[in-house]
Amino acid sequence: MEAFGLLLHGFAVLLTWKTLVLMMVGLVLGIFVGVLPGLGGPNGVAILLPLTFTMDPTSAIVMLSCIYWGALFGGAITSILFNIPGEAWSVATTFDGYPMAQQGRAAEALTAAFTSSFIGSLVAVLLITFLAPMISSFALKFGPPEFFAVYLLTFCSFVGLGREAKHKTVISMSLGLLLAGIGMDTVSGQLRMTFGSAELLRGINFLVAVIGLFGISEILLTMEERLALRGHAASISLRVVLSVWKDLPKYWVTLLRSSFIGCWLGITPGGAIAASFMGYNLAKRFAKDSESFGKGRIEGVFAPETAAHASGTSALLPMLALGIPGSGTAAILLGGLMVWGLNPGPLLFVEHKDFVWGLIASMYLGNVVGLVLVLTTVPIFASILRVPFAAVAPMIVVSCAIGAYAIQNAMFDIWLMLGFGVVGYVFKKIGIPLAPFTLALVLGNRAEDAFRLSMIGASGDLKVFWSNGLVGSITTLAIVLLFWPVIDGVLGRLGWTQRTRTTPR
Amino acid sequence: MSQTDIEIVVDDPTAPEDDSPAVASTSTVEIIACLLLLVLAAILGYDNWRTGASWDSTGPEPGYFPFYLSLVLGGASFYGLIAALLGRRETSETFVTRAQARRVMAVFVPTLLFCLVTQFLGLYVASFFLIAGFMRAIGKIALWKSLLTALVFTAAMFVTFDIAFDVIMPKGPLEAAFGY
Repeated sequence: MEAFGLLLHGFAVLLTWKTLVLMMVGLVLGIFVGVLPGLGGPNGVAILLPLTFTMDPTSAIVMLSCIYWGALFGGAITSILFNIPGEAWSVATTFDGYPMAQQGRAAEALTAAFTSSFIGSLVAVLLITFLAPMISSFALKFGPPEFFAVYLLTFCSFVGLGREAKHKTVISMSLGLLLAGIGMDTVSGQLRMTFGSAELLRGINFLVAVIGLFGISEILLTMEERLALRGHAASISLRVVLSVWKDLPKYWVTLLRSSFIGCWLGITPGGAIAASFMGYNLAKRFAKDSESFGKGRIEGVFAPETAAHASGTSALLPMLALGIPGSGTAAILLGGLMVWGLNPGPLLFVEHKDFVWGLIASMYLGNVVGLVLVLTTVPIFASILRVPFAAVAPMIVVSCAIGAYAIQNAMFDIWLMLGFGVVGYVFKKIGIPLAPFTLALVLGNRAEDAFRLSMIGASGDLKVFWSNGLVGSITTLAIVLLFWPVIDGVLGRLGWTQRTRTTPR
Repeated sequence: MSQTDIEIVVDDPTAPEDDSPAVASTSTVEIIACLLLLVLAAILGYDNWRTGASWDSTGPEPGYFPFYLSLVLGGASFYGLIAALLGRRETSETFVTRAQARRVMAVFVPTLLFCLVTQFLGLYVASFFLIAGFMRAIGKIALWKSLLTALVFTAAMFVTFDIAFDVIMPKGPLEAAFGY
């Protein structure tokens, strides 16, 4: 009940004209970046972050999170109408969404996608509302070894549970951790890896890296492809909306299962991509007539959208409660918090109640407003795609440069952004995942500080990470997850487990 | 499905040809990337070792944590290099075709020039040139449309960031002439 009272307080913080206007602006910008080819949630949030630098933290995070919700909604528009998944997690939506559009059921598919996004997010927000305060109060008992163990668990689960080649995830993560260490050492004050460069004294700001890795590289990748579009126009009538909503109870098992999968994979760093495929595959597996999937079945839209959005939203839970982001976008939001001088983690719930509960309240309201907005404005946003990419691409480049410069007012950062753009382009094409890199860049200093403090406290004895039941369990779990593919393989050979895969059809 | 159902059609006159020859294979680029990462790991590892990668009376030295990370990065890159070399024998995917490379360079080179011009003429003037030039040269969009779009977008950015949100951008002689 305490959480409910605090949530009401959050709504009181949120319900001002200024915040509501920012929420609407955020949602519109978000849907805009979700629809545009070459952009998406993380890119949109990273690029538009500088707009929020002069705002108070609550207004800023509300606007940023609404950009995120908007981008999640917007992605479904291109997936269903144009068969172009704006994000990897929208791929599964195209399997049945686009065939539905081809059958003249675009409005039905879009309503199903937006509604299931809303349901997935709502379940995740409920989870955040009731679990985050509990986790954060529990985490207040954490010392440096426990925090390092949690960081280790995050890194190891990325390696062990990720779908990419393991050595590529390790490359991405270790590179991110190394780059995070550039500049002045926070403990000794000594310079590291600066090679005499005054520009590197500041270190590499992860937002600059993210803007390059996601924004610039995405422009390069998009430009590489044929940019011709051929798709359906759609407008949604109230009759279609009500008809889809009337049928919702029929699909409660699919919706609940996908929400659960999404929340689970969002809190652990499995991610929205795995969640959407797993949601889709399980809906197909448990269906009586699974052959009809891929031919325009509405459950094929419900399942991946619910799971992806539950995952994307619940990734904010570890970010708020522990200061550990569960996804790339959550990492960028975490960076935003740090820019405004807030320290994500358990203390945030104690020191900045207004901020935290305002944010959680904005998740509820942002989703409701977002749902109404997308249902009523689909034709407008779909027509954005008529704008030639040759006009959109340089505008995105300029927005990226503004974003990179504004973070530290440094021209060097614009060059750095360009460099990271090239790195991102190459990494994406050779299959080196970028999410672990971003995560490592954000958490690198915190992980190192936790490690050093633990080691100083234990006089260099690594046994400190097994010094009590809590830290020992987390560290052991981290190691199990790191070697999970090997363990899973052995168990599979012994016939103890059936190896599950989340590959596309 | 009748053609009238399709209402949004956007053509791409500069689309890359499907039969364009490959410039590089993915495995070649992987090998180069792994080699570069190995070199980077060696340089960073050396610097951290020089800074101090062991223990002193106060605990781990500043280079301790990053030194071992350099070893991890080097090890993973070395593994990647071997894997890519062994995988070369199998059919490798195309990293980029000539037509695709041309299009990527058509974005990359103007972006590079934009960064250079920003340094001397400020961000807004550089933005104007980038948008107008890109729309005209790459998109083959009418000159007046390109200039107008560039002007409106740049002015909107100036008003949004420098005036409304007080986020000061790099400026050049033009802005100085107007007292900014």
